[in-house]
Amino acid sequence: MSDAKTIAVAMSGGVDSSTVAAMLRAEGHNVIGLTMQLWNQRRLAGHEGMPESVQGRCCSLDDVYDARRVAEHIGIPYYVVNHEERFERDVVRPFVEEYLSGRTPIPCSLCNNHLKFDQLLIVAQQIGAERVATGHYARVAYDDARGRWLLKRPADHSKDQTYFLFGLTQEQLSRTLFPLGEMTKPEVRELARKHGLALAEKPDSQEICFVPGGDYKRFIDAYLADQGESLPDTAGELVTTSGEVIGEHSGIHNFTVGQRKGLGVATGSPLYVIQISGADKQVVVGGEENLYSRTLRARRINLIAVDDLREPMRVTVKIRHRHEPAPAVIEKVADDEILATFDEPQRAITPGQAAVFYDGDVVVGGGWIA
Amino acid sequence: MRRVYLDNNATTPVLPEVQEAMRPYFGEHFGNASSIHHHGQETRAAVENARESVAKLLGCRESEVVFTSGGTESDNLAIAGLAAPGDHIITSSIEHHAVLHACKHLEENGCEVTCLPVDGRSLVDPDDVRRALRPNTKLISIMMANNETGVLQPVEEIGKIAAEADVYFHTDAVQAAGKVPIDVAKIGCDALSISGHKIHAPQGTGALYVRKGTHLQPLFYGGRHERSRRAGTENVPGIVGLGKAAELALQGFVRGDNQTMAALRDRLQQGILAQVDEAGVNGEGAPRVPNTANIYFDHIEGEALVIALDLKGLAVSTGAACSSGAIEPSHVLTAMGLRADRARASIRFSLGKQSTAEDIEFALALVPETVARLRELSPVYRKAAISS
Repeated sequence: MSDAKTIAVAMSGGVDSSTVAAMLRAEGHNVIGLTMQLWNQRRLAGHEGMPESVQGRCCSLDDVYDARRVAEHIGIPYYVVNHEERFERDVVRPFVEEYLSGRTPIPCSLCNNHLKFDQLLIVAQQIGAERVATGHYARVAYDDARGRWLLKRPADHSKDQTYFLFGLTQEQLSRTLFPLGEMTKPEVRELARKHGLALAEKPDSQEICFVPGGDYKRFIDAYLADQGESLPDTAGELVTTSGEVIGEHSGIHNFTVGQRKGLGVATGSPLYVIQISGADKQVVVGGEENLYSRTLRARRINLIAVDDLREPMRVTVKIRHRHEPAPAVIEKVADDEILATFDEPQRAITPGQAAVFYDGDVVVGGGWIA
Repeated sequence: MRRVYLDNNATTPVLPEVQEAMRPYFGEHFGNASSIHHHGQETRAAVENARESVAKLLGCRESEVVFTSGGTESDNLAIAGLAAPGDHIITSSIEHHAVLHACKHLEENGCEVTCLPVDGRSLVDPDDVRRALRPNTKLISIMMANNETGVLQPVEEIGKIAAEADVYFHTDAVQAAGKVPIDVAKIGCDALSISGHKIHAPQGTGALYVRKGTHLQPLFYGGRHERSRRAGTENVPGIVGLGKAAELALQGFVRGDNQTMAALRDRLQQGILAQVDEAGVNGEGAPRVPNTANIYFDHIEGEALVIALDLKGLAVSTGAACSSGAIEPSHVLTAMGLRADRARASIRFSLGKQSTAEDIEFALALVPETVARLRELSPVYRKAAISS
């Protein structure tokens, strides 16, 4: 029998999730702290461009130490659960493959879908916790009228993490708590101080947790070398939007849509990466005006606020983490494909990123940009 | 909440008699055992009495016992102390990391290392040892009992092979000591490691048996303690505790404690297997120490089972914890040829002298129901159930 009052907190060793654990404990819940061991930072140590030792990042010993100290301080049982295999299979490997196919992936969404709100929910339930709380800035609520669980933007829009959470199912949302949804970051730090958490001033982590220093190209090299695989040759032609070949490029994974620097050609007017074609290894470049587009197609759709999109719907669409949702109409054009038509053309719509649809603060759903 | 501890292969509680024996050596008798005066003489006597007890437990001379800080130091001292660059070492794939990583370090510094495989019961084949011998083989290091499965290796046969080949033989007896009688002469070993905290003495204590006349290079340098084999002021209270624990272990053999423990372990094992299907004992069919049962429960994650049981008051373990505390796939179970998912689904139950029949009943009331719950919530199990 599991106890509905028992809550597992996904603790990363950062301020946000630590504060969540302290808050819930202070409210009298039966709290269990869990940290997911997802990636061994030492695995690629020593490969070219990889640091010998890594500190202060996801899954580093320092973060586990910090999470454990918080758990000891607030008096809750704490465990580290190993999900390295799943993480590599469902997050790291797809991350590398997406880049090698000319797309720009978002590993955090994959991690949320496949690890934090899948494997961790299962472990939580197995050990007697029906619900999992995380330190994400988002809100979850049950809507009686629709009979659905809703995911909403947090009170503090500057910390909004719903973009990475669009893949959550109704089942996952029904068992998830986001206790920081109504708070601002300074308020969270203040609360951390109030609870006497030593890490109240710990800086936020910004980068992709398994890519030290944010250099994904070096990470891909090191990862493939560690796997005994060689980097596939993805070098090819640099062509203009009118199809004129103007040079060669070193490999499609070195480029992302909208990129201006490092193209290796000198022309009178600035050139940008407009499109990356994985099939023929071409990188299409052009003037800034070519970056703008009024439509996008999203596939592998997950809908949250509605069970289906039966007719076109007016929403705002967010196409990357740091993007102000833009007004658009979305419509279903195939079984698992949505066409979004923006009121105004959007800059650098990038395949591999997510398109997340909002109705005000409510996340309607989202999909992966094709 | 009632808490039952069945993880005695990780560590054991210090027995009250051991604590009692140690108590005077924190304050009342505090001398440095190397000092000339009365205070030193008092603690010197205590250290030598403890050495006598440990020598009796191992069947060796007192002068052949070197006190250390524990099993890891004993293993390192034996391996690094007996092999030098250019030498060949034979070990097995199921050794404790204290042996495996010490060998790996030597390999990186000019030694050759052969790591022997084991069979499905985790047994080393003595013929493999014989076949692995080379002209420059200097040392064989094969454990007496495995920490995860409790399986006892054919150390006497390996001892004979070592003697015939005139090669040093070290055995890590950390998990055997106190559980089965040890006689270094019968084993035919030149070095044997034990750890205090696995036999109800405090953590941070241990000993290495070194056969008389064996030249052992010390790990560190300082005073001439322990006949220049282990520099550093003796941990007198710890050594006294180890001596007392060794004495109690010997008395236990006389009383037949190990048979009693084996009966409890068998009751636990059979009780679990009677109530849980798709489960079995790892190392089944091989001789085992009386306190250990390593059981796989297909379709579950051992990690989740350990946590779920801990939250209900039962302490058991799985695999080996890595530095973060997360569980890594067991190198022992993997070496035995277990499928990765079965290795991850394995749990170790290990009894201690304090374990009672009530403890076993507590575990029997908890484990089957928890396994059932985990399976019910496991997507893998549901899939398997549907397809069958």
